[in-house]
Amino acid sequence: MTKYKQIRIVLNNCGVIDPENIEESIARDSYMALGKCITEMTPQDVIKEIKESGLRGRGGGGFPTGLKWEIASKNHADQKYVVCNADEGDPGAFMDRSVLEGDPHAVLEAMAICGYAIGATKGLIYIRAEYPMAIKRLKIAIDQALEYGLLGNNIFGSKFDFNIELRYGAGAFVCGEETSLIHSMEGLRGEPTIKPPFPAEKGYLGKPTNVNNVETFACVPIIIRKGASWFNKIGTEKSKGTKVFALAGKVNNVGLIEVPMGTTLREVIFEIGGGIQNGKKFKAVQTGGPSGGCLTEKHLDTPIDFDNLIAAGSMMGSGGMIVMDEDNCMVSVAKFYLDFTVEESCGKCSPCRIGNKRLYELLERITKGQGVMDDLQRLRNMSNVIKDTSLCGLGQTSPNPVLSTLDNFYDEYVAHIKDHKCPAGQCKDLMKYFIIAENCVGCTACARVCPVGAITGEKKEPHFINSEICIKCGACMERCKFDAIIIK
Amino acid sequence: MEKVKLSIDNKLVEVEKGTTIYKAAKQLGIDIPVLCYMNLEGLGIENKPGGCRICVVEVEGRRNLAPSCSTDCTEGMVVHTHTMRVINARRTVMEFILSDHPKDCLTCAKSGNCELQDMAVKLGIREIPGQEYAAMSTYKMDFSPSIIRDLDKCIMCRRCEMMCNEFQTVGALSAFNRGFQSAVGPAFEMDIEDSTCTYCGQCVAVCPTGALTEKDHTRDVINALSDPTKTVIVQTAPAVRAALGEEFGLKPGTLVTGKMVTALRRLGFNYVFDTDFAADLTIMEEGTELLGRLTKFLGGDKEVKLPILTSCCPAWVNFFEHNFPEMKDIPSTARSPQQMFGAIAKTYFADKIKVKREDLVVVSIMPCLAKKYEAQRDEFKVDGNPDVDFSLSTRELAHLIKQANLDLKTLPDEDFDKPLGESTGAAVIFGVTGGVIEAATRTAYELHTGKKLAKVEFEQLRGMEFIRKATIDFNGTPINIGIAHGLGNARKLLDEIKAGKSEFHAIEIMACPGGCIGGGGQPLHHSDSSILKARTKAIYAEDEGKVLRKSHENPYIIKLYEEFLGKPMSEKAHHLLHTHYFDKSGKIEIS
Amino acid sequence: MTKIKTIADLVKLRDELQSKQALADSADNAESIIQIKIGMGTSGIASGAKDVMDFLIEALEKRNIEAIVSQTGDMGYSYAEPTISVKKPGKSPIIFGYVNVQKADEIIEKYIKRDELVEGVIPVNYHTIDN
Ligand SMILES: Cc1cc2nc3c(=O)[nH]c(=O)nc-3n(C[C@H](O)[C@H](O)[C@H](O)COP(=O)(O)O)c2cc1C
Ligand code: SF4
Ligand code: SF4
Ligand code: SF4
Ligand code: SF4
Ligand code: SF4
Ligand code: FES
Repeated sequence: MTKYKQIRIVLNNCGVIDPENIEESIARDSYMALGKCITEMTPQDVIKEIKESGLRGRGGGGFPTGLKWEIASKNHADQKYVVCNADEGDPGAFMDRSVLEGDPHAVLEAMAICGYAIGATKGLIYIRAEYPMAIKRLKIAIDQALEYGLLGNNIFGSKFDFNIELRYGAGAFVCGEETSLIHSMEGLRGEPTIKPPFPAEKGYLGKPTNVNNVETFACVPIIIRKGASWFNKIGTEKSKGTKVFALAGKVNNVGLIEVPMGTTLREVIFEIGGGIQNGKKFKAVQTGGPSGGCLTEKHLDTPIDFDNLIAAGSMMGSGGMIVMDEDNCMVSVAKFYLDFTVEESCGKCSPCRIGNKRLYELLERITKGQGVMDDLQRLRNMSNVIKDTSLCGLGQTSPNPVLSTLDNFYDEYVAHIKDHKCPAGQCKDLMKYFIIAENCVGCTACARVCPVGAITGEKKEPHFINSEICIKCGACMERCKFDAIIIK
Repeated sequence: MEKVKLSIDNKLVEVEKGTTIYKAAKQLGIDIPVLCYMNLEGLGIENKPGGCRICVVEVEGRRNLAPSCSTDCTEGMVVHTHTMRVINARRTVMEFILSDHPKDCLTCAKSGNCELQDMAVKLGIREIPGQEYAAMSTYKMDFSPSIIRDLDKCIMCRRCEMMCNEFQTVGALSAFNRGFQSAVGPAFEMDIEDSTCTYCGQCVAVCPTGALTEKDHTRDVINALSDPTKTVIVQTAPAVRAALGEEFGLKPGTLVTGKMVTALRRLGFNYVFDTDFAADLTIMEEGTELLGRLTKFLGGDKEVKLPILTSCCPAWVNFFEHNFPEMKDIPSTARSPQQMFGAIAKTYFADKIKVKREDLVVVSIMPCLAKKYEAQRDEFKVDGNPDVDFSLSTRELAHLIKQANLDLKTLPDEDFDKPLGESTGAAVIFGVTGGVIEAATRTAYELHTGKKLAKVEFEQLRGMEFIRKATIDFNGTPINIGIAHGLGNARKLLDEIKAGKSEFHAIEIMACPGGCIGGGGQPLHHSDSSILKARTKAIYAEDEGKVLRKSHENPYIIKLYEEFLGKPMSEKAHHLLHTHYFDKSGKIEIS
Repeated sequence: MTKIKTIADLVKLRDELQSKQALADSADNAESIIQIKIGMGTSGIASGAKDVMDFLIEALEKRNIEAIVSQTGDMGYSYAEPTISVKKPGKSPIIFGYVNVQKADEIIEKYIKRDELVEGVIPVNYHTIDN
């Protein structure tokens, strides 16, 4: 089993079957697991199997799925709900969308299995309205499954009924947080509430509700079909199975990959990803999206799993993985994620609502060369407090990009502050245009094109750029035929 | 009840399961600071969004800090409320909050009475790092006849939203915008005047900052008082005397009726009168209306509208005009005491002292913000001149008194002027929930049965429960009475009526918790419900101390009818003392 | 369509579908057919997979080549979208990347008609649940 680095469990049918034709799914064993559960297993058996598989939630938190189902099954109520979290708000992530677009029946089947296990007859898929293709294919899949009697009432001739409906999200990142998601489905403001009570006790419409991520669900039918002991042989001691990543950034082969837990970052980036584009140097890899951190060279041999990534100062997150090279400024990277968090904060709690804004403002000052060394201590303190005091996972993790870059790229912060330099050459405000006297032939082309008259010099003599006047438009550099103008 | 043991700051404590860390700490005398959290203990009014994060504490074994206001104690929990980590976090969070807050304390209406300001003092905040370049979230100011909103000062505690949506079920306020720009207000950031707001002022009563304040009329009153061409008279609502003292450091529940009269006189009012007089008048009118409807009903008239609903709370009037316009012929047509007073003052009394209507300025001191709105309703104006010119809250009166260099505590007691200053105990209890209906019962009983009441107190109508029911025996006829305070509770009774399931003959409704003693214009209770209870006690004590306790025994009321009105519900009374209601359901409603 | 009422119904349906598929997959029988799948996830569509699919359907018909052209989900190779998989009877499927209309034309003319390889083949780089 070692020939390839990837193994496709979740993506088993993606890119193979026609997702709009249920028969292609059935030909590849869809709904066999549901049939097996209903006809051969008790709900407790199903929960036991999922527990033994070691499956942990792929939505970011890594909570043991079997345990979650067990809790929901033990909370008695006249109605319970199974919710599939397809909000997928991480910038750049599209794993869940791909699964729903490529293999919708895997998720429908898993939700029904979950319903059977916890005693729920209603399933809801909370999907962002910006996913029209996934929505279309889900609707077709639900209709076809109903037509074949694989969803609906008396499934497999049993007393078990299960129906699935779609709910649309407006695309707020925080609506992916489970309590927020539930409020949003109830027509309330999409903002989190304190847990406990957990959804498993008091969820949608106050009823016990089991929320799982798309990818988590997509693992379930295969676990039932092939057995927990097949699944739990894949992966590391505490993280079983595979993880799908959306590999992006400066690697050659960007795309959707699925690797067993325990694969190293090096294997992902340099083998599957084909290394860094244009032969540049690897600098960092960001995992976990806005909640995660930037890992460096020294983490490359870390086997990827839930706990190792946290120990390294990042997170598994939902599976975004962005590779950076020497041209990426790490202060700007932190600023980019903070910008996202500031936009996406729901505003309910003060550390996240205001604190993240303050973090962003400080980072912005640093990238503009207005920072002072004390700011670094302030960044760290504000980050720690925001993590320590925020209400939901968004604020509790939003400073991670700042902290991890402070830890791993402290010198780069210092360079911005003390030397007013951006080592990666990305911070426009810190860049200076220079003319290399030896290369300059004094053709005056640059001086003529400069819109603000920052360039002076005699004809046939080396020219000079007055950086006080220069607005960094780059026009001169474009015009110079002798490569005499550089940015430093 | 299951108990759990835990340790807080190395002290052991045993509490009932489900108790929060904040409450458990209180039992140990540890006062963890809270900002967004609010609890009117015993009333079941609680705001617990867990949003401000000021109340965080360290719980051993927990990854992050826990909000003590909304984290339940568990067995064996070890809590620390003032470690370096906690103190630093609390300060930093407070600095965050203040970094997005105008530093307007010198001119802010809440200054000196502001929970945010107090918190900054308590936490010893001396500077806000990075303030020079910190962006602020800003919003447009909103002015209405009763309430002013300055959301730049909103800290998103959500108390107002909870009061408006959960307690009042008005739904005029909700969080809008996201992230840094979020605040609480009517949907689509519309003006409160265009919303379904009833002006009950309960949002103002709980707002910890200067984001929500009353429209201040003290300047107008000072101007009137210093205008030699004007005769300025004042009326004071019953609930004011039971609360005003708090603004001067007196114990809650201290009655300051006589001192208040002295203060008003020294402020320069030409006549110091009492809204209680008008409350007695209300009973005459409303009681007669009730008896009229009852008699018809008992006589077999199926058309008659029952139950009759009281109409002296203007927020409640606004509420049914917005939400139950189809039932607008059920409430009594009697105007509120404030308006009855104004109408009588500007006719009967103006004639008596030979002052032209335009030259008579009527000021009212009210526990209430809805009264400000009520005073400027068109139907209470004659040729554009309002029956009540300015309605001040209890808080505004306190400011006026302080500006006049008077120390209320040390003032002597004086009596109200006559004739509009005489009242009975029945009028005083208008200030508490159940009081209006008790006063009406005292009079209606005697008028209906022709017998004297052996005992004027109707204990079964008293209490703080939100919805109360009692049956009073009117000489063989059982009369079912309902009482609700809080518009959400009123809504329940109204829904019953709408569904044809109501068993009541008469219902009293007050918008504010506890009735007017808990009004939106009262000194701030800062979520201490014992203050409301103390005020209630004071009101009943005032009633007990009165010689006359039934409205129809008020000699000046008798005289008023003799000299001027004829009899209750006469044509003149109709014209001056009754009103009609409007369908306001056309306004946008968001729930 | 009859409803599936028992697990046996499902097994039967699956087996039928699988044998039908097996016939189509293997060479030298009446059911053998070329199967082309177009990666039509959101990113595939965004990079022009729909045009490629339209072209293939039209071109194959014009050139009298019998084939089933269908859509499928994201194959995972974002860097090489659009991607298509071509399975000739009796052979393993081959995945082509960077497929635009010209490339699709080349695939028909070279690989489908003459078994000549075309540039842009993406080698299989993963295990499946069955191996
Ligand atoms: C800010 C925030 C955003 C989240 N977004 C998502 C999301 O887009 N999709 C998701 O499955 N889980 C998301 N989660 C995690 C969910 O709250 C929840 O833990 C998850 O859906 C549970 O499913 P799992 O156990 O299968 O992972 C988010 C959490 C936070 C705090
Ligand atoms: S941490 Fe941020 S997103 Fe979460 S509740 Fe607080 S403000 Fe909202
Ligand atoms: S609301 Fe409070 S803290 Fe803010 S300006 Fe007013 S008094 Fe000062
Ligand atoms: S005054 Fe009353 S009704 Fe109006 S917004 Fe405030 S709480 Fe709501
Ligand atoms: S307006 Fe006042 S009560 Fe309402 S949320 Fe803001 S600070 Fe709190
Ligand atoms: S209960 Fe009293 S204070 Fe409150 S709104 Fe009604 S009249 Fe005003
Ligand atoms: S008081 Fe506890 S979070 Fe505000």
